[in-house]
Amino acid sequence: MTADLVRPIPPPAKPRPVKLPSVAERTLANGLRVMAVRRPGVPLAEFRLRIPFAGPTGRGGRAHTAQAQLLGDTLMSGTTERTAARLAADVQALGGQLSASTDADRLAFGGSVLVSGLPGLLALLAEVITSASYPKREVEGERDRLVQELAIYRSQAAVVAREALMSRLYGDHPYGREIPSAEQVQDVKATQLRSLHAERIAPAGSVLTVVGDLTPSRAIGLVEKALAGWTATTKAASTPPLPTPDRRPTLLVDRPGAVQTTLRMAGPAPSRTEADYAAFTLANLVFGGYFCSRWVANIREDKGYTYSPHAQIEHPPAGSRISLSADVSTPTTAPALVETLWELGRIATTPVAQSELDQARRYAIGALAIGTSTQAGLASTLSQLAGAGLGVQWLRDYPKQLAAVSVEDALAAGARYLAPGRLTTVLVGDVAQVEASLRGLVELELA
Amino acid sequence: MSPVPPRSRTRSAPAAARPATSRLSYGIERARLDNGLRVVLSPDPSSPVVAVAVYYDVGMRSEPEGRTGFAHLFEHLMFQGSASLGKTEHFTYVQGNGGTLNGSTHVDYTNYFEVMPSSATELALFLEADRMRSVAVTQDNLDNQIAVVQNEIRVNVLNRPYGAFPWLNIPPVLFDDFANSHNGYGDFVDLESSTVEDARQFFDRYYAPGNAVLTVVGDIDTAQVLGWVKQHFGDIEARSVPERPSFAEPLPQQERRAVAYDPLVPTPAVAMAWRVPDPADLDTYLPYVVLAEVLTDGDASRLQERMLLEDRSATSISGYLGLLGDPLDARDPTPFLLEVHHPQETGLETVVTTVDEELERLATAGLLPGELDRTVARMTSRYLREVDSVLGRATTMSVFEQQRGRAELVNELPDLLREVTAEAVQAAAATLTPATRTLLELRPGSKA
Repeated sequence: MTADLVRPIPPPAKPRPVKLPSVAERTLANGLRVMAVRRPGVPLAEFRLRIPFAGPTGRGGRAHTAQAQLLGDTLMSGTTERTAARLAADVQALGGQLSASTDADRLAFGGSVLVSGLPGLLALLAEVITSASYPKREVEGERDRLVQELAIYRSQAAVVAREALMSRLYGDHPYGREIPSAEQVQDVKATQLRSLHAERIAPAGSVLTVVGDLTPSRAIGLVEKALAGWTATTKAASTPPLPTPDRRPTLLVDRPGAVQTTLRMAGPAPSRTEADYAAFTLANLVFGGYFCSRWVANIREDKGYTYSPHAQIEHPPAGSRISLSADVSTPTTAPALVETLWELGRIATTPVAQSELDQARRYAIGALAIGTSTQAGLASTLSQLAGAGLGVQWLRDYPKQLAAVSVEDALAAGARYLAPGRLTTVLVGDVAQVEASLRGLVELELA
Repeated sequence: MSPVPPRSRTRSAPAAARPATSRLSYGIERARLDNGLRVVLSPDPSSPVVAVAVYYDVGMRSEPEGRTGFAHLFEHLMFQGSASLGKTEHFTYVQGNGGTLNGSTHVDYTNYFEVMPSSATELALFLEADRMRSVAVTQDNLDNQIAVVQNEIRVNVLNRPYGAFPWLNIPPVLFDDFANSHNGYGDFVDLESSTVEDARQFFDRYYAPGNAVLTVVGDIDTAQVLGWVKQHFGDIEARSVPERPSFAEPLPQQERRAVAYDPLVPTPAVAMAWRVPDPADLDTYLPYVVLAEVLTDGDASRLQERMLLEDRSATSISGYLGLLGDPLDARDPTPFLLEVHHPQETGLETVVTTVDEELERLATAGLLPGELDRTVARMTSRYLREVDSVLGRATTMSVFEQQRGRAELVNELPDLLREVTAEAVQAAAATLTPATRTLLELRPGSKA
């Protein structure tokens, strides 16, 4: 390369401080906690409503998983005032979207709308909450559709791996069975959904976050007006505590003829409120949490075993989790696992370079600023924080915590959470091609 | 009583859902460097972030025979280093300064972008300029990225149910010319035989500064940014810019049908495609974009209400323009696509007959009162949500500038959508007839 083409890299200027959004908050008479932030830009408003919705551990929990899934799918299938199509048309006419979904912890509503349509969309939300009717025909139709969609869903290697991994980590806890079986879904009746709705969809314990091009006091006023009539008083249940994970062999699930092996590993991680969270975030970034990580450099950019290796911290309320994923070509399954175990061992036992740590730190701080720079991003972030019992102040405190992490802190966190023996491993691939080479590497159990 | 306020109570009826406030007013400045690089700058101080995007006017359609997938492979090579940057350093400088980045290859263009703290704006410009001036492709990097791309195809297509459906398996049925019909992800044989010399030629031909648009959106001082742009991009040598060929080909003269098999899928699906007018003329094209939403956006759309709620003959339906689903970046020739997943017991002909019936009903009876308004209202809010992010705005402006020389369309699109008439949507529906349709049936299993 000729010398005049090689140029000095311009260093970044001092970052402009991120202005923390000002959050107004009020708990309504019915117990609903409402948070509102003004964010002008586009004439839209976004809201998120989180309602605790966990099922119990054990057998009863399985029925809950199926009922909760179908409840989310049929919440908007009709109210005492409107059919599903009428409701959908009225939401659409406001320039709105309204969705409901459930997971192992909660029922979540998401709304976005032209800001002029916010009162109307909140009114429709209230109507769904207070008078969803679960018409028999619609419930049966959605039930049949869900059975079909579950079959499609489970045809994906990533889903097969996720189910096996969650089940191995959490057993009979709700997190161990995030997805219902077709048989359980087929058993669900409309009357059960009406009962579940009445028992569990209550304002106390729920949090509604609004972000948009309107003043926080006006936003809260609109929410209060629309949802004051939501007076259900049932006690919201929170997620049961997690079982202690036990050491298990690597699970190999057969996917005959698969051209790739779906590698997934997971284990406990600190929550956002734990002292070593910032240190672990940085240790994980250096290991595999972003493109510039060691794991990506090794198994993708050096060896070409995979396209998208990634290590990610997830925060379900009952206990945070570190999850690793990589889809590796079938012939490279064993070597990819070796490199993964080596990188995990390295992050758990030897200090990272100061430069690696500083780079990860700048990334973590920048990603937070970018993630909260849109209405939708800010609404989701605040809603997630509220779900973890944290306020907007966390957006200011967390960068300071990141700034204070030392190489020693990162090593301690890596040792605690990323040592390979602390992780549960699942592989989904063609057993005929990969088993022999894996046998000598790890203790293996065939599904 | 309806809890939804009557429209007269909100604002002037019936404009409540499509208010004047949905008009946007993002500032736009543009420049053209002596080497031909087009520059679009749009300041927005609301958050201390910036998006930098470079759009090269080359995509999958420009790949020569024997080099399927090369546009995408080359996109990967653009991240492998340049004169001032070693392998992976591009990522290091972006992520290590708090940014995110990516690139993507489309039918008609290839883009590269960073979102960064605005304090790193000059750095982002430098990184893009360095690879535009001096991408460095080595045999090692090429071999490595061929393996990575093959793994990308495995994870997204070969080991994923419905992975090729329909974006890879309908073009060869719908189109006749190689440019339009070939597999843009790439045949493994073609990928493996790609050479460093191929990369050099591809770069020389298509990555000239005059073949690119650079867009910077966010917390910027436009004069300062223009200074940086001139400093870092200005001395990139001007090269001849290939004239974009016409990829036009005759419309199919009769219905085309084909069957594809996927051993990973549990249930069948069908894709129906019709060629639409050249998107260059938005007046004739946008009615099709609205039509796709009238047919498939939500429970109140024609096909979802009929097939998901009433007949229960399908499990999911989507309708969109362009093979990759972005209506605003498609160029001619391009399809209108309907994708229906249905239970085995429904049967293909039931699905096809129902779609035909609904299209004919729309073509003969037109839209219902309020149907166009509500459809456009949601399209508008979805669009606003998209351009709320600096990246969404930068990509939208880049495409409009590259294809139409008018980044300002980012502000005008809500009005253009509002101007689409019910008659135009009805007329668009009338063109989607069985005689001009291409139909691809996807069956579980392998070809007998």
